[in-house]
Order: sequence, then structure tokens, then C-alpha cells
Amino acid sequence: MKSNLMQSKWVFGLLLTCCLMLLGRVSAQEARPMESNTAVEVQVQRLSEELRCLVCQNQTLADSHAELAQDLRQEIREMATKGMSDQAIIDYLVARYGDFVRYRPPLKSTTALLWFGPFALLLTGGVGLIVMLRRREKISTEAPLSADEARQVSELLEKES
Amino acid sequence: MKRFLLPLLIFIVMVGFLAVGLKLDPREVPSPLVGKPAPMFSLPRLDHPEQVISPKEMLGKVWLFNVWASWCGACRDEHPVLVEFSKSGLVPVYGMDYKDTRQDAQQWLEQGGNPYVATVMDVDGRVGIDYGVYGVPETYVIDKAGVIAYKQIGPITDEVLRDKILPLVKRLQSQ
Repeated sequence: MKSNLMQSKWVFGLLLTCCLMLLGRVSAQEARPMESNTAVEVQVQRLSEELRCLVCQNQTLADSHAELAQDLRQEIREMATKGMSDQAIIDYLVARYGDFVRYRPPLKSTTALLWFGPFALLLTGGVGLIVMLRRREKISTEAPLSADEARQVSELLEKES
Repeated sequence: MKRFLLPLLIFIVMVGFLAVGLKLDPREVPSPLVGKPAPMFSLPRLDHPEQVISPKEMLGKVWLFNVWASWCGACRDEHPVLVEFSKSGLVPVYGMDYKDTRQDAQQWLEQGGNPYVATVMDVDGRVGIDYGVYGVPETYVIDKAGVIAYKQIGPITDEVLRDKILPLVKRLQSQ
């Protein structure tokens, strides 16, 4: 009886897993774009992962469900269908929304701090560390034992042995 | 005493950066369109759909271009400010009803008053994209040459009008 119950539990669990997997499959299919032109879809996907949704700023256009993101994906799709290059499409959006739409900011005078700031901080930190370590080394080597201290040390060492 | 000086200095600099960072609004993305000609469009009027309006008609005068929608919550706060301001007649305000239905928009204007010289309808949001609209309400100040001089992201308040928009409009009008 007990083993029978165990078995039915197993079967139930298995069924449940299958159902969940099916659910996952169904929703994955729904999310697939209607467009049949795969090259265009690949380009749209690639670009929408590179571009920021300005409504929910920490999401890419690909992740966002905001209406503007949907509109912009559609806009990108239309441009891609016309055969525009990635760069041309990115330029089109940057002209309207600014560099902020790009997840990889371009290297310009206004973004120099963003690009080089972390390295500058690392360098200052590193230099500071080396200077400090050198200074400490000096302190420890520049203070030799006094005669009194040397005698104490040797006395202690003798006691030990 | 001296050894505390450097850490204190670093701390003060960091606090300075953080203080500035706290005051910045991450939703305010500087528009690349400021200083550029206002994008062209020809859109139907809300009240007379058979009539089409284009920014070309506004050349030679300073005007405000306010993007709004009946579904937009912040527009509810902004609307009375605009209605009151439009009574002064200092500068014409044109509206763009963004991704909205004619019926809702007309009802909105009937209920809250109509501050606009005219409102155009951008039903599919295409012109909105050209203007870099990403959060309604947004307002553009456009000069006599048709160049965008300023973009207000978010609702216009009395303070924004007094401190930013009005001084700018006066300067542009005297040019």
C-alpha cells in the first residue's frame, strides 16, 4: 500500500513537471516574433540588446515591455527591413535620444571620465599602496634594537633552550 | 594630526560627489535635439482632423510645444498650470496628443480647459520618436528660426515657468 502511494506521488510529480515544461514551451513560442525574415530578426534582437529603454532605464529594449520599447523595436525592425546597417540604426536613435540609449557609451570628451576614471582610481590606489608599504619598510629597518633590548632578547632565548 | 588629513580630504571629496549625485534626476536625460531644428511633421488637428499642421507655420515666432496625453498621470498636475499660463498670452502653446484617442483627448480638454492654440494628434507615436519623447509630459521651447532651445522633461510647474521657460522665451522673443 505504502509503495503504491509513493508510486502515485512520483507519477503526480512527473506529470506536474511535464505540464510545467509544456507551459514554458507554449509561452516561449508566443514570445517569438511574427516576422519571417530571420536575418532581420537577428539584427533587431542584436540591436535591441545594445540599446537602452528610456522608460525603464536599467532594461534593454529587448527586455522591456514598455510601450515605447515596443514602438522602438518596431521602428528598428522597419529600418532593418530597409537594409540599414547597425551603425545607421544606432545613429538614428542617438540623434533622437542621445548617447544614453547606448549601453556602450562612445569615447568622447564628455565620457572620458567614465572610461578612464576607474583606471585612474586603480592607479592612484596602487601608487598609494606602494608608497605606504615602502614607508613601513623604512620604519621597521630604521629602528635597530638598542643594546639593552638585544641583551633581553638573548636572555630570553637562552632561557628557552 | 597630519596623517588624518588625507583620508579626511578623500572623504570630503566623496561626500561632495555623492551629494551632487543625490540631486541629479536620472530620468532627465539631456536631449541631443536642443540646439537643433525642430523635426518636421504634418499631423492632423485634434479638433479639425481634416486640417494638417506643420512646424513650418510657426517660423518667425517663439512657441511652446507640449506633448501630452489623456492617459498620462503627470499631465493632470501640469494641465491647470498650462491653462493658467495660456491666459497671459505671452507665448503660443501648441499641443501634441501622444498615442491617444480623439474622444479621450477631446473630453480631457473639455473638462480641464484648453490651453492650446491647436493640438495635433500623434496616434502611432512616430513624431514622438522623432522628438525623442520618452516620458509624457514633455515640453519644447522653439525659437523664431525653428530651433529647439530647451526641453522640459516632466510636468511644467509654476517654478519651471518662472525660472526657466519665461526668461528664455523673453530672451528669444527679443532676438
